[in-house]
Amino acid sequence: MERLALSDEILMAVEKPARYIGNEVNSVIKDKSSVAVRFCMCFPDAYEIGMSHLGIQILYDMFNRMEDVWCERVYSPWPDLDAIMRQKEIPLFALESQDPVREFDFLGITLQYEMCYTNILQILDLSQIPLIAIERGETDPIVIGGGPCSYNPEPIADFFDLFYIGEGETVYGQLLDAYKENRKNGGTRYQFLEKAAEIEGIYVPQFYDVTYYEDGTIQSFEPNNPHAKRKIRKQVVMDFDSVPYPMKPIVPYIKATQDRVTLEIQRGCIRGCRFCQAGAIYRPTREKNVELMKQYALEMIKNTGHEEITLSSLSSSDYEGLPDLTEFLIEEMGKLKVNIALPSLRIDSFSLDVMKRVQDIKKSSLTFAAEAGSQRLRNVINKGLTEDMIREGAMKAFQGGWNKVKFYFMVGLPTETEEDLKAIPELCEQLAVDYYTIPKEERIGKVSITASSSFFVPKPFTPFQWASMNTEEEFLEKAHYVKEHFFQQKNRKSLSYRYHDADLTIMEGIFARGDRKLAPAILQAYQNGCMFDAWHEMFHQEIWDQAFEDHKIDIDFYTHRERPVDEILPWDFIDIGVSKQFFIREWERAKKAEVTPNCKQKCSGCGAAGFGGGVCFENKN
Amino acid sequence: MKIRIKYAKTGVLRYIGHLDVMRYFQKAIRRAGLDVAYSQGYSPHQLITFAAPLGLGVTSEGEYFDAEMNSLTSSEDMVTRLNATMAPGMEVKDIVQLKEGEKTAMAVVAASDYLITCREGYGDIHDFTDVLDAFYSQERIEVVKVSKTKETQMDIKPFIYKLEAGENGIYMLLSTGSVDNIKPELVMEGFCHYLNRDYQKLAFRVHRLETYMRNEAGELVSLLEAGVHFHES
Repeated sequence: MERLALSDEILMAVEKPARYIGNEVNSVIKDKSSVAVRFCMCFPDAYEIGMSHLGIQILYDMFNRMEDVWCERVYSPWPDLDAIMRQKEIPLFALESQDPVREFDFLGITLQYEMCYTNILQILDLSQIPLIAIERGETDPIVIGGGPCSYNPEPIADFFDLFYIGEGETVYGQLLDAYKENRKNGGTRYQFLEKAAEIEGIYVPQFYDVTYYEDGTIQSFEPNNPHAKRKIRKQVVMDFDSVPYPMKPIVPYIKATQDRVTLEIQRGCIRGCRFCQAGAIYRPTREKNVELMKQYALEMIKNTGHEEITLSSLSSSDYEGLPDLTEFLIEEMGKLKVNIALPSLRIDSFSLDVMKRVQDIKKSSLTFAAEAGSQRLRNVINKGLTEDMIREGAMKAFQGGWNKVKFYFMVGLPTETEEDLKAIPELCEQLAVDYYTIPKEERIGKVSITASSSFFVPKPFTPFQWASMNTEEEFLEKAHYVKEHFFQQKNRKSLSYRYHDADLTIMEGIFARGDRKLAPAILQAYQNGCMFDAWHEMFHQEIWDQAFEDHKIDIDFYTHRERPVDEILPWDFIDIGVSKQFFIREWERAKKAEVTPNCKQKCSGCGAAGFGGGVCFENKN
Repeated sequence: MKIRIKYAKTGVLRYIGHLDVMRYFQKAIRRAGLDVAYSQGYSPHQLITFAAPLGLGVTSEGEYFDAEMNSLTSSEDMVTRLNATMAPGMEVKDIVQLKEGEKTAMAVVAASDYLITCREGYGDIHDFTDVLDAFYSQERIEVVKVSKTKETQMDIKPFIYKLEAGENGIYMLLSTGSVDNIKPELVMEGFCHYLNRDYQKLAFRVHRLETYMRNEAGELVSLLEAGVHFHES
C-alpha cells in the first residue's frame, strides 16, 4: 500500500511514524469493491499498546476469514499527530486501506479499561463521526463497544449505537447478516438497530429509558422500543476448541508492549476471588485441548518469526495440560531458539523446576499475588493462598537459588483494619527471616523482597459490587501507614514497598460503577482537553474536577457509598449467567471471612452451569 | 560460515527506523526458516550485523547485513525464501557467502552514494544543480557537525568523493563508516549555507544507491565483492 493517508511531511514530523503506515507482516489487504462489509476495529490507546492485545487479533482474524468482510484496524493517534490532524482537518483513517474510518460500515471499539473513555471520543471526533449516537446519520458507521468495560457500559452509553456483551466469537455473524439484509431491503439505520436489538447479547442503549430517585439511585430501567429485550444475556463460546484462533497474528514493525506469540490456553477461572471481575464474567472456565496448543505454537512461531512465546489465561497453574505443554515448549522452542515467558504461576516444585529451565535464576524473581497481607483478609477476598503456601514456596525457591521476591497487594479492601495493613510488611519480613535461616554458604547474597500495592476498586459483577470504596485520602493514609511499618522491620534493608497513584484509581472507581449521568461530564472533560488519561503525565485532575462540578456529579455517590443489595444497579440489565443471589451470598460470606471452595473442589451453584459446559461438567463432584 | 545479504528498503518502509529493521530481519529469517547461528545462554540472539544504518525517511537499494550460518542451501534459494516473507517495500536482492577471513560489513564500509531530489512543493532541484560545480570546486567546504555531546566545525570536502548533477537530482558519493561518516543531509546543509538559503531537512528526499568497501587496489567496490554466490552441494 504505497498510498498513505498522511503526507511525507507529516510522517517525518511525528514521533514513530510506523504507527500510522500499516503494511505490517500478516496484515490483511482485500479488494474493497468485492466485500460487502467493512469493519474497523479500534483499540483506543497508542499503537504499541493496542497491538499487544490478543482480543483484537482474534476478532481481526475471525472477520477476515469471512469472505465478504474486510476488517481493518485503527489506534489512537498520539497527541503530536492528533494536533496536526485537527489543524489540517485530516479524517482519521484505518491502517490497511488508509481510507477514512467514517466510510466504514462498522467501527468496533474494545473497552479494556475505564481510563480510555476520553480516547473513544478522540477516535470518533477525529473520524468526524458525531460523538452522540442519536445524532449520527445514515452514512455514519455503526459504533459498537465490547470487552470488559461493556459489562457496565452506562457511563459511555450515549456514545455507542450498540454494545456487544460477551465473547466476540459468537453472534457477530448474525449481526453482520442482519446488517446486509437491512441494507438490501433499503432499511434505515434505526431499523437496523431494531433488528440488532433482537439478537442475543446485543444492547442498544437508546432503546432504554432510565429514571432516578431524588438521591440519584435508579428508580427504573425500561425498554422504550418493542424490539429491545429486558435482559441482555452474555454470549459465551462453548465449543472452545473449534473457534478460530489467529494462526497468523500481525507482526508490528515497532516494538509493541507484548511482542510475542500468545497461546490462549484457558478462558475463565475456577478460583472465585471476590474482587475479580474477569473471574466472574468469563465463567464457566473452559480449557483448550493441549494437542491443539502444541500445533498452534509451532505454526504461529513459523508465521510470525517472534522470538518469544507466552501463555494466556487467568490462572495457568489450573490448566490440566500445563505439565505436558511446558515440556513440549521447552523441547521444541529450545530447538527454535524461542524464549518461553511464563505468566505468573503458583510457586511450587513443578513451577520452580520449569522456571529454572527457561530462565536465568539470577535475573528472575518469584511472584506472589498475595493481594492481602493477613490470612483473615485473604479469606475475605477468597484468595486461596495461605501464609504456609507462600512460605513453603518461597523457601523451596530460596534453596533452589532464587533470592528475589515480588509481592502484589491491594490496599483498601472491604473490612480492612490496621492489623491487616500491618500484616503486609510483616509477611515480607517473615520471608526475609526465613531466607536468612539458610546457612550463609548455601545462599546467594542478600534477599530482595519488593512489595507493590494497588488500591482496590469494586467492580460490577463481583461480590464487592455493593462495597464502599475508600476515598483518596483514606487510600494514601493507608499506604503511608504500610510504608511506615516497612521501615520498622528488622530486615528493612532487604524490603521495599511501592504503591500506585490514588488519583487515577478514584476515576476508575467512578466509571466502573457509574451510570448514564456521567456521560456529559466525560464529554466536557474531553472537550476541555482530556485524553490518554491512563498515561499519568497526560492526566488532568483539574479538568475532571471542573467537569464533575459543572454536572453536579458527587464522586462519593459512585465510590464511597455502600449500596444496599436491593438497589437497582446500572448494570442489572445484563445477565452474565452468574446469579445475583450468588453474589449476595458471597458478599455475606466475605463479611464473615468465610472461604468458598473453587469450582473444581465443589460447585457453589453460581449459575454458570446453565451454559452447559466447561468446568461445571468435568469430573462432577 | 558467513553470508552477506543485500536488500532494498523502499516505499512506506522508509518510516521504519534502523533498530526496527534489525528486529524485522530477525523475525523474517525465522519465518523463512534459514539455519542462522545463535548466541549461547538463556536469551539466544541471532548472530547478524548490519552494515551502515539508514536514517528515518531515507530509501535505499543498497543495504547490507551479514549473518553467521550453520548451513547453507543456495544463494538463489535463500533469496527466494526470504522474499516470500517480505513486507511490500523490503526486497532481498542478493546473497553471497563471505570468503575466508573477510571482515564484517560494518567494519569495511567505506562509502555510499545517494541521489538527492527536492520534495514536491519545496523548490526546484535545478536551483542547486546549476551551481553545483561552483559549490564543489571550493577549496574547503566548512560545516558544523552536531553530535549528541558537541558541535564541531569541519571541512567535509575530502570526504565528498563525487558531487555531480544526476537525473532530476544531485548525485553524491560520500565517505561512510565508523571513522568519517558523512551524511548526505550534512552536504545539503552546507550547500544551502553556501547559497544563503535556509536549510530545511524536509525539503530533500534522500535515496541511497549503493554501499561500498575498498578492494586491495583501494578502489570502491560493492560490499558483495567480498563474497561469492553459492550453490547446493
